[in-house]
Amino acid sequence: MNGFPILSLMLLVPLVGAVACLLVEAKAARSIALIATLIDFALGVLLWANYDVGGAQWQFQEKVELFAGFNWALGIDGIALMLIMLTVFLMPVCIGAGWNSIEKRVGEYNAAFLLVEVLIIGVFTAQDLYLFYIFFEAGLIPMYLIIGIWGGADRIYASYKFFLYTLLGSVLMLIAMLWMVNEAGTTDIPTLMAYDFAPQAQTWLWLAFFASFAVKMPMWPVHTWLPAAHVQAPTAGSVILAGVLLKMGGYGFIRFALPMFPEASAQFAWLVYWLSMVAVVVTSLIALVQHDMKKLIAYSSVAHMAIVTIGLFSFNVQGLEGAMVVMLSHGLVSGALFLGVGVIYDRLHTREIDRYGGLAVNMPYYALFMMLFTMASVGLPGTSGFVGEFLSLAGIYQVSSWVALVATTGIILGAAYMLYLYRRVIFGEQKNADAAAMKDIDLREWLMMAPIAAAVLWMGVYPESFLAPMRQDIAALDARIARAKPAGDAKVAVAKAQPKTDESAHEGAHH
Amino acid sequence: MHSILFIVFLPLLAAIVGGLGNRMLGNTVVKSITTGALFVSCALSWPIFLGFLSGTAEASVTPVLHWVQSGTMSFDWALRVDTLTAVMLVVITSVSALVHLYSWGYMEEDPDQPRFFAYLSLFTFAMLMLVTADNLVQMFFGWEGVGLASYLLIGFWFKKPSAGAAAIKAFVVNRVGDLGFMMGIFGVYLVFGTISIPAILDAAPGMAGTTIGFLGHRFDTMTVLCILLFIGAMGKSAQLGLHTWLPDAMEGPTPVSALIHAATMVTAGVFMVCRLSPLFETSPTALSVVTFVGAATCFFAATVGTTQWDIKRVIAYSTCSQLGYMFFAAGSGAYGAAMFHLFTHAFFKALLFLGAGSVIHAMHHEQDMRFYGGLRKHIPITFWAMTLGTLAITGVGIAGTLGFAGFYSKDAILEAAFGSGKELGTFAFWMGISAALMTSFYSWRLAFLTFFGKPRWAGSEHIQHAVHDAHGHGHDDHPSDEHSGEATEQAHAHDAHGHDAHAHVHADHGDGTAGYHPHESPLAMLIPLIVLSLGAVFAGFLFHHSFISEGDGEFWKGSLVFSEHLIHAMHEVPTWVKWAPFTVMTIGLLTAWYAYLKNPSFPATFVGQFGALHKFVYNKWFFDELYNFLFVRPAFWLGKVFWKQVDIGIVDRLGPDGAAWVVAKSSTYAQKVQSGYLYSYALVMLLGLVGAISWAIAGFGAH
Repeated sequence: MNGFPILSLMLLVPLVGAVACLLVEAKAARSIALIATLIDFALGVLLWANYDVGGAQWQFQEKVELFAGFNWALGIDGIALMLIMLTVFLMPVCIGAGWNSIEKRVGEYNAAFLLVEVLIIGVFTAQDLYLFYIFFEAGLIPMYLIIGIWGGADRIYASYKFFLYTLLGSVLMLIAMLWMVNEAGTTDIPTLMAYDFAPQAQTWLWLAFFASFAVKMPMWPVHTWLPAAHVQAPTAGSVILAGVLLKMGGYGFIRFALPMFPEASAQFAWLVYWLSMVAVVVTSLIALVQHDMKKLIAYSSVAHMAIVTIGLFSFNVQGLEGAMVVMLSHGLVSGALFLGVGVIYDRLHTREIDRYGGLAVNMPYYALFMMLFTMASVGLPGTSGFVGEFLSLAGIYQVSSWVALVATTGIILGAAYMLYLYRRVIFGEQKNADAAAMKDIDLREWLMMAPIAAAVLWMGVYPESFLAPMRQDIAALDARIARAKPAGDAKVAVAKAQPKTDESAHEGAHH
Repeated sequence: MHSILFIVFLPLLAAIVGGLGNRMLGNTVVKSITTGALFVSCALSWPIFLGFLSGTAEASVTPVLHWVQSGTMSFDWALRVDTLTAVMLVVITSVSALVHLYSWGYMEEDPDQPRFFAYLSLFTFAMLMLVTADNLVQMFFGWEGVGLASYLLIGFWFKKPSAGAAAIKAFVVNRVGDLGFMMGIFGVYLVFGTISIPAILDAAPGMAGTTIGFLGHRFDTMTVLCILLFIGAMGKSAQLGLHTWLPDAMEGPTPVSALIHAATMVTAGVFMVCRLSPLFETSPTALSVVTFVGAATCFFAATVGTTQWDIKRVIAYSTCSQLGYMFFAAGSGAYGAAMFHLFTHAFFKALLFLGAGSVIHAMHHEQDMRFYGGLRKHIPITFWAMTLGTLAITGVGIAGTLGFAGFYSKDAILEAAFGSGKELGTFAFWMGISAALMTSFYSWRLAFLTFFGKPRWAGSEHIQHAVHDAHGHGHDDHPSDEHSGEATEQAHAHDAHGHDAHAHVHADHGDGTAGYHPHESPLAMLIPLIVLSLGAVFAGFLFHHSFISEGDGEFWKGSLVFSEHLIHAMHEVPTWVKWAPFTVMTIGLLTAWYAYLKNPSFPATFVGQFGALHKFVYNKWFFDELYNFLFVRPAFWLGKVFWKQVDIGIVDRLGPDGAAWVVAKSSTYAQKVQSGYLYSYALVMLLGLVGAISWAIAGFGAH
């Protein structure tokens, strides 16, 4: 792969596809979009296969100077690689999700999705600060369009909310970026990641970036755009929103906030903990009382993302790796759950939980898939959900047992709201005749759900495939932020005053 | 020792093939695959156990697959086999194989049999992963895996609202315990830097006496870790406080109750404490907690068991109570005795449940013992099997000579508690003795109400329907079509117009039978009953020497802490302690005989006199009501408040809605602004970029 600009090619393929979609009629547009996303997926597999685990930190680098210090600079590390894989894996599924249900402006719809793909891959590959900024902000424009044009009845309000939240953060982040470039004299992200900003400056820079990433994450209390956006978005929009777009916030933290401002990150760690703890408990409880399936899953996303922020700010390898795995897992699982909602929404055109019931009878394979994804969502060991959650929480426990305890209550609350949802939709009596008449998933839906199910189990049973490429980068990040690492609250110590209880020691441990 | 791979993974394979094949393969194929797999597993497990029994086998670990490597935290999929595991292997595979076989008969007319058998096999796989774990996370995998299987099987008849509710309750309450387990694992990793079980057990004594900061206070390190892990054990083994899910779990089909909620899954907590016994031995405080919780549970559950009418609930509370015995045995340091009781209990409790299933099968899914009576002549094999089970659980035997299975294990536990010389030992002993009295009472009460006296079947709606259906729709010679929720639903529909039929039947038959003829169960159900009866009779006599005798610590080969000192003390207890269990067993038996055979009006008189006490006990000490009030309702209420008042009322109002309001007030072109936001956004971004680049250029110029 020496010198072959595969990353640019991965950006180019969907871009060309998007343009082509605009020019042809509906049926061809769908096929073009599917082919383009599949090609990108194939390129992604090629990328992964050629990624040298344990090799250079930045691989597949490309750099073309455009003008005035503004560079077309691309390159990835293992972290970016995994997020790119998630993106290219989910995109064909998204195209499939809208295959039948989108009937108006099909060309534009598929073009918008391909454009989203270009911009998201751009975010994960950009090595120039301004290039990153363009991708990061522009990625949301097609998303607004997807919600605003193909969304539900209240779509204008939803996209307005989305916009408003995002705007403030973006402006602040841009100002911070300008200051940083001025200070460090470069727009090169790898260089900036090693640049030591003065601690006072870090404080303000960190807050500016935080404003943007916290909204994208989303963290409590700037999360209220998410349920609205999900509810109004078409199925594929929700899949890509929950599956990939939310990961931009976490990626932002791991790429910018932590390595560039380690002292400030440590300084504000407790702010992050508090917001995350509140999010785990509050949004889980809110999820418990929802009547709308998409809203419920949207609120659960906020709770899961809080585990990500907790892991990221635990300043150790387990926390960081756990956060990454939660992001990947949540991308798969929440994507799959939204797909699952879409499957029955396409049949009955409602997201009201009460309108369903007893689907296990007439849709047994659907019930099976949803059981798997529900279990992955509640973090059952053996599924992807467990590995990340476990590592993140193990990470934060080393910092604070309080935070760990509160965050771990998420496993109880998560089980409560997800199983309650499952019970009302899939179990129970077939009280609605129209819901009872629905057909089980067809081939197209099988093809969308089965690969995700396989990935969820793979990541749960053998996560090494996903951890290995990131290991070195996480270790580097861990080393970078080690100087600001907060002391844990455990402080195991040999007590002086306490007499040793020897009563049973002599008979213990017959090894 | 590669047979362990087959033992563990055959059930998984069978579950996958059976579950996905489902209706494509058909009932018989799926049932044969799953049952066959289990019998093979069972056949492979016994040689391993016998190898350890004869002292020829050595502990081994079979690696399977790398799992997680994160920094210094590392854990793999691996199968550990030592004495402790071997004991669990035979218990799990034997009971599971028999339950699979039994289900051929019990689930005969269920429309959804492949799913049921696939779940059973899946459960067995998870349970085997639990007991072969070499690290805490794999144990947790099995732990949650059995939880999933339990959830699916409790909710097997998913159309019944009560089954759905019970399934969720089981999962969520267990998750409360799992919270403790997970925190315990985190703590272990923090303290020891590893979660490999052998490594922790080796390092544990070295950490005794150290302190750790936890939730803002300082505690003894080992006490914190052990109690956290023990909270997990309390959830899975339904100990007082986290027990509320177990009685409700009886919503599942009866074979499930026998396998999961009696013989295997619920004993996982006891297994965990024994597996980690060197860890627990470093914290006397934690052991006291284990003893106290076990003793309290054993007493509490026994009291409730004396008042219940549902045959399965009586046995469920009995299970809960017996698990309490195992825990206070472990808390007293008698891990061998705890495991021995686990072993014998698996046989006789599975027997009692499967026997109850046979009764329920014969009685057209009536579970209320008030509508039983006089069944011993109609279902004699079931009667004899359950009688042997009752003799085993009540611990019939002559001290120092011979006895049924429970006699050896329960008496050993009581002696250990008394002889341990620990603070709470005497407390546990007295709790255990009282519980033994009540055990004898409720077990014989169950036997007398079910098999003796006159038939009281006429009062049962289920029986009425059976008779009514038989009369109405031509004689269906095996009228047990109520397995599925659908059929239950139909049965309730019948209810509305079935009253004349009731009267009609009453008029015809004055003998209390309502004209109903119970049938003995098919052979597929009787064989497991007979095999388990053998276990209930001989398991104690045959194996007590290996499990709990002096000088035989070699049997355990260090797989748990075996205290010769305690075994010695057990032999030294006063004679009255040795005879106390037998005495209370006799008192319980006589009381039951008096109250339910000799003078059947006595219970009503008693309840009349002690109404408040009876109400308290009958309502299970009001735990469900309390939890509902403390946790369930506040959770929903808080959810609504956070959603409507905080998210919508505060965040949105001050955030986006507030901004919209400001815009609308300040601009007559609000509509335009709103619809044009996209372009303004792009514009802001572009302007920003232009600014950025200008500044950058200026910046570079200045440098």
